Amino acid sequence: MTTASTTVDNPVATSSANGEDAALRLEDLKVYYGTPRGTVKAVDGVSFSLKQGERFALVGESGSGKSTLAMAVMRLTRPPGHIAGGHIYLNGRDLVDMSESDIRRIRLREMALVPQGAMNSLNPVMRVGDQIIDGIMDHVENDSERTSRSELQERIGELLRRVGLDPSVARLHPHELSGGMKQRVAMAIAISLNPNIIVADEPTSALDVVVQRQIMQTLGRLQEGLDASVLLVGHDMGLVAQFADTIGVMYAGKLVEVGSVNDVFKDPKHPYTKLLIESLPSFELNRKFIGIPGMQPALLNLPAGCSFNPRCPSVHERCFTEEPIFMDITENRSVSCHLFSEENKT
Amino acid sequence: MTKFMELDHVTRTFGGGALSTKPPIVAVDNVSLSIDEDEPKITTIAGESGSGKTTLARLLMGSIPPSFGKMYYRGKDFTRLSRNESWQFKQDVQSIYQDPFGSYNPFYKVDHVLETPIHRFKLAKSKTAKTQLIEESLAMVGLQPGDTLGRFPHQLSGGQRQRIMVARALLIKPRLILADEPVSMVDASLRATILDSIRRLNREIGISVVYITHDLTTALQISDNIMVMYRGSVVEAGAVEKVILEPKHPYTQLLIESIPQPNPDHKWGDEPPSARFEDFSGMMGCKFADRCPHVMDTCNEEQPPSYQLEQHRQAQCYLYSDESPIMEDADLASIFQDRRAELSI
Repeated sequence: MTTASTTVDNPVATSSANGEDAALRLEDLKVYYGTPRGTVKAVDGVSFSLKQGERFALVGESGSGKSTLAMAVMRLTRPPGHIAGGHIYLNGRDLVDMSESDIRRIRLREMALVPQGAMNSLNPVMRVGDQIIDGIMDHVENDSERTSRSELQERIGELLRRVGLDPSVARLHPHELSGGMKQRVAMAIAISLNPNIIVADEPTSALDVVVQRQIMQTLGRLQEGLDASVLLVGHDMGLVAQFADTIGVMYAGKLVEVGSVNDVFKDPKHPYTKLLIESLPSFELNRKFIGIPGMQPALLNLPAGCSFNPRCPSVHERCFTEEPIFMDITENRSVSCHLFSEENKT
Repeated sequence: MTKFMELDHVTRTFGGGALSTKPPIVAVDNVSLSIDEDEPKITTIAGESGSGKTTLARLLMGSIPPSFGKMYYRGKDFTRLSRNESWQFKQDVQSIYQDPFGSYNPFYKVDHVLETPIHRFKLAKSKTAKTQLIEESLAMVGLQPGDTLGRFPHQLSGGQRQRIMVARALLIKPRLILADEPVSMVDASLRATILDSIRRLNREIGISVVYITHDLTTALQISDNIMVMYRGSVVEAGAVEKVILEPKHPYTQLLIESIPQPNPDHKWGDEPPSARFEDFSGMMGCKFADRCPHVMDTCNEEQPPSYQLEQHRQAQCYLYSDESPIMEDADLASIFQDRRAELSI
């Protein structure tokens, strides 16, 4: 690796909430993949936190590490990936060095995943109702919580109603459902034990616009009902603007900007965020498509200095030698870019 | 006026044969459309999955016959084409598919997809003519022959692969290109170059293009006309900027409203209702009636006819029954005629 690592003494920027009241807090999280050609640093020193009830969206191009990060938060990282450092605090406890059996107890009751492509996450030979029961039974702690079959049926009907499905759907098999309905079933499973963090990894990819809107609005309603926090992972800036309170932009394994959705869309600071927002197709006629020039660098061979330097329109000498530090530039905005570092500010 | 392709009240159903217990699925329901040669245009067929847009494209491609209705190719009944005419049809209509990888055989260099049609349609007399033809068509889509020829598909980016497919369609010198979601699997930053090369085929060489998509933003950028499909029927059609910027049919309005605007100040309204019937074959009236916020009694009784709202615009909706005349002939040709959008890319 040629990258000069300056992340060691990285001052932790706590963007949207300072650690205390955070439901979820990531501290210098590193998730690496061991490959024959070297270590791929898919997530390399990411820190941010989510308040209770906050909707945080993580965006970036494919390969930026956003899904890897979501899986790490669920402690679902699989070899060759491993959490190489840092902490994930969920309701005050660190998930990183928790045992597998403790994690199982936390999943679904404290944090739940709405997976990418729910069409492939359901068991094709099991009725929808049985799959929801499966999730509940697998994560209840002791016999006192076990309930009778009829009580469970009632709970399933209630869960399905909450995600906007008819309770009769419980008797159907996944192939009898449309893509949107399957995603709703996945949401019913996710909220079955009232978690306070919902991780949604591209929950609407491959769905039509109207269905996408319905799913996102249902997710929003569920989140409000539970007063849960949502970590939404996606690449669609439009969805983020519609759904999230806070946005975190990832590039090549690092966070480059975090701020409230309103602020970031109105006044993006990092040149990459700027380009992301400018490249969105709009409904104005006679507007050209603007692409982001160049391609994301290979994570195995990142350029020295700032990883964005080959594509950055405001690149200057310092960007090639020194990696920018992710730091707070105002009260609720953090950016990692030399344009906003102390020396350049004055 | 020569009509290159004509669909006359075409319906296409799947399943529901004599041995089937289920009613047939109506994928395309009574659609009339013509593509004329004198005025090559880019026409978008827009709709959600299951709206019948790909079935309509497959009908136009001649890969499936209609269940009811007639199809004509240069004025001749499609089922009665001679051997030569159907060979000519195969050359005249070319398609570009969604997956830029699926169209390649990974064991062959990309040259193979370009050389095969030249041999098959005997487009070049000599080796030099062949090379020249390939290089010309690659240049047309903005690719350098040196960067692409002699390579294997996996060595090229998705955008390059898709542009080679456009070049391939181009060197056959077709009259019509059917592009079925050509950019939905390509990174947003590369979309512009692909759409631009498709647009150049139309503007510079005069090839008609049917652009099939669910993405109304790109439809607005590249096409002249649009038809919006819902459950197999055309619900609204006309000049693209009118239909997308001021939609009239409640379904088109819902579609446009649901596009997530990258603007936190412009949020979605309330959550719209889902379709009440997955199976709509028994529905008598308008297929959107179960979700429509403006539903009236008549909507559930009979399918609405096409109302001509303006010269270049029609909608199948009773909301316009008072102010607009019914179009006697449902053919969209008159709506699409003499229409060329000022294009942006």
